[in-house]
Amino acid sequence: MELVCPAGNLPSLKAAVDNGADAVYVGFKDDTNARHFAGLNFSGRTFEKAIQYARDRGRKVFVAINTFPQPWGFDRWQSAVDRAADHGVDALILADMGVLDYASTRWPRLRLHLSVQASVTTAEGIRFYYENFGIRRVVLPRVLSVNQVAHVIKESPVPVEVFGFGSLCVMVEGRCLLSSYATGRSPNTYGACSPASHVRWEETGDGTNTRLNGVLIDHYGEGEKAGYPTLCKGRFQVGEHTFYALEEPTSLNTLSILPKLKQIGVRAVKVEGRQRSPAYVAQVTAVMRAAIDHCMQDPQGYRPQERWMQELSNVSEGSQTTLGAYHRPWQ
Amino acid sequence: MKLSIGPIQYFWERQQVLEFYQQAATSSAEIIYLGEVICSKRRLLTTDDWLAIGMELRQAGKEVVLSSLTLLEAASELSALKKLCRNDTFMIEANDTSAIQLLSDAGRDFVTGPAINIYNQRSLQLLARKGLKRWVLPVELGLDTLEDLQARRPLGVETEVFALGRLPLAYSARCYTARSHNLPKDDCQFKCLDYPDGRMLKTREDQAFLILNGIQTQSALTHQVLRLVPELKALGVDVLRISPQSEDTFRIIDIFDAARRTRHTAPLEEALVKLLPLGACNGYLVQQAGMNYASGAADDL
Repeated sequence: MELVCPAGNLPSLKAAVDNGADAVYVGFKDDTNARHFAGLNFSGRTFEKAIQYARDRGRKVFVAINTFPQPWGFDRWQSAVDRAADHGVDALILADMGVLDYASTRWPRLRLHLSVQASVTTAEGIRFYYENFGIRRVVLPRVLSVNQVAHVIKESPVPVEVFGFGSLCVMVEGRCLLSSYATGRSPNTYGACSPASHVRWEETGDGTNTRLNGVLIDHYGEGEKAGYPTLCKGRFQVGEHTFYALEEPTSLNTLSILPKLKQIGVRAVKVEGRQRSPAYVAQVTAVMRAAIDHCMQDPQGYRPQERWMQELSNVSEGSQTTLGAYHRPWQ
Repeated sequence: MKLSIGPIQYFWERQQVLEFYQQAATSSAEIIYLGEVICSKRRLLTTDDWLAIGMELRQAGKEVVLSSLTLLEAASELSALKKLCRNDTFMIEANDTSAIQLLSDAGRDFVTGPAINIYNQRSLQLLARKGLKRWVLPVELGLDTLEDLQARRPLGVETEVFALGRLPLAYSARCYTARSHNLPKDDCQFKCLDYPDGRMLKTREDQAFLILNGIQTQSALTHQVLRLVPELKALGVDVLRISPQSEDTFRIIDIFDAARRTRHTAPLEEALVKLLPLGACNGYLVQQAGMNYASGAADDL
């Protein structure tokens, strides 16, 4: 199982490589990728240095160009594809059919991975992208149970990558418009969910309100630690109850099911978090590396170590983790 | 410009569905989309029931399209989709790439629903080569993008716009209606039946924000583009989609029927807004947050 780790800047890329990532995925400094945040991502000389650093150490670099261009922006996505291809990156991670069509026509030998943003959950869906664009790997959305992932792998024409750790999207990726409903900007169109530009922290008499474009996402009482107002992780009222109606602030953590992922034939495990710090990347990469190595050497005897779980929980949203949809009762 | 009735997003009692389509048969909508698009556990109507309704609507002069499930997870759902795609009595609305693949493999024409991401010309052209005959503009896209796409639209492809209804915003593995009753999805007790227009989610200061509809999340406000109907017509939009709500859908269709024949939509809009459970929004079409409601003349929006 390959370990694929995120990098939003050069120090993070080095942290990923130094701590044992097999591949690092990055994006360019614009809305062509789904982590379009100020101060993040790569351009020019830094991009070249990043590729060189990974290559010198025998690791791969993937470039995510995984948002959905509208007609007036299509040129920018094309030049992002060309730039990545010119630098000889190991793979592009693409979502939009138009961009896939361009990349597979213009760069027929370039390796293409289907991004999680393409929302493909069945072998027939994968076949569409395989037959039309020759994709060589697919990243599955975080909506399938382990048994469902196993079934897809059995029928899929290409190897499968799944999310192993990181912030959890509870909606099927690429088809979630909650953020643009509230702010006008979505992962699809702008490359960001619940964008910081629309966030307001408001001190009230009895604590803190967090708002997204004016909409109250949560209220925290005195002494309660206020979290970032990601739209699907706020507390809302349904009927008579106020609760995390969609999902708690929590991160996905698959350490406990790594042997199962190996057994069903998962080719690569991905860590979420290009927007996170180099320290996060270093820590998560090191834990995942150790866990995967243990799991590969002795799948039967493998148990997630207490120390690993603690380290991952320290860098998790709300300091808690879940198996998410992999585990049926979560659904 | 034609009117369509989109697939029912909610879980209604069987009798309510049958009565709804009896009324649809005499409505001024020309195209009717049928079938379950949200949850494969909603089975008060079988595939044969849907086909029978389709035949009756066809006899009443309607164009009938069968809509496929939007998010497929279980192997059984893929099998059901394969079966649906083998039926060639009616055109299929593909709501997932699996359906596009199965239909294009079989050499069959198809429609794509709003959850298929066609954001640019190249995607539209590619799907046209695969058999696309009509596409629904993804709901978060605005008039400027629609105009660009219409300008170089492939020959023989019709454009449909989601013109009225609560916006389909997101899909999940998790059932939020069951969760709101503290039930797991596998033991949901069909709670969706209690909410024929979905279950409301409010912010902690009582703002109606979202609607929980099983695994789908919708806008609480009803997206409606009535005042933009003349603009949509001028852009060559072929079909306006009305998404069913439990009450007043046919009064809404009458209003849109009137709107497609006039440039003076303002008085109609007043009547329309009264029929929407929690008020209106239209921000997406004018390149704003979807929940915004831009009023005023279309040219000023």
